[in-house]
Amino acid sequence: MTAGTDNTVDVEAPEPGDPTPPEDGRLNGGDPGSNPEAARPAKIVIGLVGFVIAGWFMWNACLSFAYYPQWYGNSKILIGLLALVVGVGGAYLLFYFLNMFVEGLPGPISRWLMPYAFLAPGYAFIGLMLLYPAIQTINYSFANADATEYVGLDNYRTVLTSSQFHEAIFNNILWLIVVPVTTVCFGVVVAVLADKLSTNGEKVSKSVIFLPMAISFVGASTIWLLVYQYDPPNEDPTGLLNAVWRAFGGEPQTWLQNSTLRLNSFLMMVILIWLQVGFAMILLSSAIKGVPEDTIEAARIDGATELQIFFRVVIPQIKGTIITVFITVVILVLKVFDIVYVLTDGRDKTQVIANEFFAKLFRDSQSGQASAIVVILLIAVTPVLIYQVRHFRNEELGR
Amino acid sequence: MTDQATAPVAATAANSTGEGGKSPKVRGFMADGRQRSWTAIIVMVVLCVLWTLPTVGLLVTSLRDRDSQAETGWWTALWTGGWTFENYRGVFEKAEIGTALLNSVIVAIPATIIPIMFAAFAAYAFAFMDFRGKDVLFIAIVAVMVVPIQVAFQPLLNFFGPNGIGISGQFIGVWILHTGFGMPLAMYTLRNYMATLPKTVIESAKIDGATHFQTFWRLIVPMSVPVIAAFAILQFLWVWNDLLIAKLFLSTDNSTVIVKLQGLLGAQGQGSELLPAGAFISMLIPMIVFFSMQRFFVRGLTSGAVKG
Repeated sequence: MTAGTDNTVDVEAPEPGDPTPPEDGRLNGGDPGSNPEAARPAKIVIGLVGFVIAGWFMWNACLSFAYYPQWYGNSKILIGLLALVVGVGGAYLLFYFLNMFVEGLPGPISRWLMPYAFLAPGYAFIGLMLLYPAIQTINYSFANADATEYVGLDNYRTVLTSSQFHEAIFNNILWLIVVPVTTVCFGVVVAVLADKLSTNGEKVSKSVIFLPMAISFVGASTIWLLVYQYDPPNEDPTGLLNAVWRAFGGEPQTWLQNSTLRLNSFLMMVILIWLQVGFAMILLSSAIKGVPEDTIEAARIDGATELQIFFRVVIPQIKGTIITVFITVVILVLKVFDIVYVLTDGRDKTQVIANEFFAKLFRDSQSGQASAIVVILLIAVTPVLIYQVRHFRNEELGR
Repeated sequence: MTDQATAPVAATAANSTGEGGKSPKVRGFMADGRQRSWTAIIVMVVLCVLWTLPTVGLLVTSLRDRDSQAETGWWTALWTGGWTFENYRGVFEKAEIGTALLNSVIVAIPATIIPIMFAAFAAYAFAFMDFRGKDVLFIAIVAVMVVPIQVAFQPLLNFFGPNGIGISGQFIGVWILHTGFGMPLAMYTLRNYMATLPKTVIESAKIDGATHFQTFWRLIVPMSVPVIAAFAILQFLWVWNDLLIAKLFLSTDNSTVIVKLQGLLGAQGQGSELLPAGAFISMLIPMIVFFSMQRFFVRGLTSGAVKG
């Protein structure tokens, strides 16, 4: 019995005396006659030249779309199609030649370099679009309005002492407290209840709650602007909220200008919650469906009530997903901009950091102060970032 | 106790006598034998109505003439009338929403597909290759996903502007921006999915003499189609619905439907009756994409974020 099992295991392992290690030799796919570990100069040269030409062609084709639209008959559609061809085809050629170049190198170097070759183009984009600008922004935050001269910490001093910025910080904290918690709670409730419906009922209700995910912030703001519409008392209400409010005997309100207890900010938070619950529900729902039935059954046999089962059995098992959803919404809320920008533009005590940044950069032309605000925002997301990384590591360990 | 005891009985009854969905209806139980929960049904119906009502309001308002919009609530439209298609015609003729729609399509399609090309290779390396610095590089991706894109605006406006390479206002700048900003999420989602694919497939391809490049194209890309579709939908929605990048980096001729809508929102008085129609048109394409591909989208979202 033992001998049989030993045999099957041994088949996989190479014999110690095997002249060529099979894995390495076959990986390079070289001719059986030649030494696969040796460098192949032809591949190196063609790969390198091809890579440079492909890159050069892509770059210039892209620039020509901007500089010489007349070459393409000024047709946006043609330029769009060509961009697709150049983007996808160019990327294919870029990787093709890069791969050829690396394959041509001697075996050990090739194997060492290959992963980095696969990563490099993607990382180049991230470096150019996110890292370089981030460093530059930090740099600008110490310079004056048109970035001609360094002013030390002046921008930070101005920003941190302005009441408008305090307002923005306060509101952002309010958004941060209210929106993620409400979204997750709604998400859990909807996920649990939808799970109890019939298959069709579940499908339809989930689609309905999920639908706003397809709507832009601007579109959602338009939708809710109608809901919050104000009409004077002598006219019929056209806004749903005022109609309901008046039905209960209230005076018509200009909701989005009413900053009593930050009501207007809360009404804008409603929009974001309305948009995000669907996302929360989808993730939480699949997590809840993944909870093993026998753990619930066991609790039931032990005499636990449905509520106890929910809080002590289900919730601990979907904690990871709850955190994932929570972080995602927190990140979104930290950057919330569109809704405030189109609805109030920060009037009536509704300012938020991202909108303050926008106003400083474009309305006041204070790029130094605007950069300082972004840097402060960057510092504010750092704890979330660290938490996100740690959460990710824990999830990976559990995989 | 009695309820729980009868539920399985109902289930077995349904299984033994019924074929597919045609099971005998037992009072208080659903076709699959679970107990019907009236609390769940009532709460979900209320939530669904609350969730749809604002959008229905927009749709009805967009179909009413200027006076009706201003004088009566949309919920009275059934008996007060004022129905018209004029707003939709107006929004194409006066607000040039047709051009804006075309611009949105031109922005969104390349900005959706190009990042996938670059991200897929990186995701492959993360999922199937071992190399020094793998953890650090991937953690960097997780971290970069959190960085607010606002950090990029001032420097990139300069870089794309007349003092830099001079492409601001053109589509190409926005394609590059969306490719860069979408890259971290693309790599993250694709890698998480690829990491769940069986390693044995790669091993056997290797033994058959396939290079990484061949394995990637012939095996991994076809197997990753669901997650590629999911990311594509996410990226498409994000690009289509984006206001900031389109507003800052596109000239007026090239501005997208969302920027146009934001302009309509700002315009009070004359033409304000066009706003609901414009808003509805701007939502139509993302909604179609979303509904027709919802299945992929849900699968991709959950496979990326929920540990499997």
